Amino acid sequence: MSLLTPEIKSWIGHSEPPITVEVSRREIVKYAVATEQVRQVYLDGDEAPPMFAFGLFRPVVPLDALGPDGLPPMTAMPELPLKRIMAGGTRLTIHRPVRPGQTLVGTRSITDIFEKEGRQGPLIFVVTELGVTTAAGEPVMAETQTRIAR
Amino acid sequence: MPKLSEVRVGRAIPGRSHTPTNVSLFLYNAAIWNPHRIHYDEKYTTEVERHPGVVIDGPLQGDWLAQVVTNWLGDDGSLLEFEYSNRKACFLGQTLVSGGEIESVDPASGRVGLRLFVKDEAGDVTSPGSAVVRLD
Repeated sequence: MSLLTPEIKSWIGHSEPPITVEVSRREIVKYAVATEQVRQVYLDGDEAPPMFAFGLFRPVVPLDALGPDGLPPMTAMPELPLKRIMAGGTRLTIHRPVRPGQTLVGTRSITDIFEKEGRQGPLIFVVTELGVTTAAGEPVMAETQTRIAR
Repeated sequence: MPKLSEVRVGRAIPGRSHTPTNVSLFLYNAAIWNPHRIHYDEKYTTEVERHPGVVIDGPLQGDWLAQVVTNWLGDDGSLLEFEYSNRKACFLGQTLVSGGEIESVDPASGRVGLRLFVKDEAGDVTSPGSAVVRLD
């Protein structure tokens, strides 16, 4: 029996409103230090490491809106019958490097929801795609991300 | 730094070892604004989400894989495509080792394919990945 109701499946194709972010040198430097980068160009914040954008478009919500697991409510996701969420993987296509001072626009949409039987029970995979452009609309990167609920 | 004329399929790319601490994991999750309690609240992590310990972020391992590429590449090329998946959960206290090897070389376009890995102390690949770079 499928865990995925027609209501859940109907979220495939759903798009979030675009998020606009100003990239600051300090934010790049913090990320570079926390991830143990060694290239000076990252540690000085002249350019962002490729995975920097992973955090850039994460939702920032008031503290009282965070759930019991600490995570913000998934406005861009259906309510799933499985609650424990883990990262599954990421695919990046990079068109140009991210640099301080840029204004970037990110648009996230759900491209697939499917289920699999794991070793310890059922798993639901939610695949989202984040398209990032400059304010002028030039492509910066596309990120496909899989989250696994178990 | 790599030169297109010198890269060979099968050659290893240097990696590194990473041993996250409470402090480094906290700073990483602060930097990406990730408040998920499995990365800093041990009691919650083991009792509610039933992991054996505080979870090392999958995307942090993804970053280490990207660093295998960017550290090898230096200023001599660009990263075009990158992907990884998190296959085995990793927990605070573990030491993880990154690395990779050259999988394909296309002299005409300058494109080089790389296979990447993060392994745990048992030698199991926790996060496999791959990348396509263009050498200048």
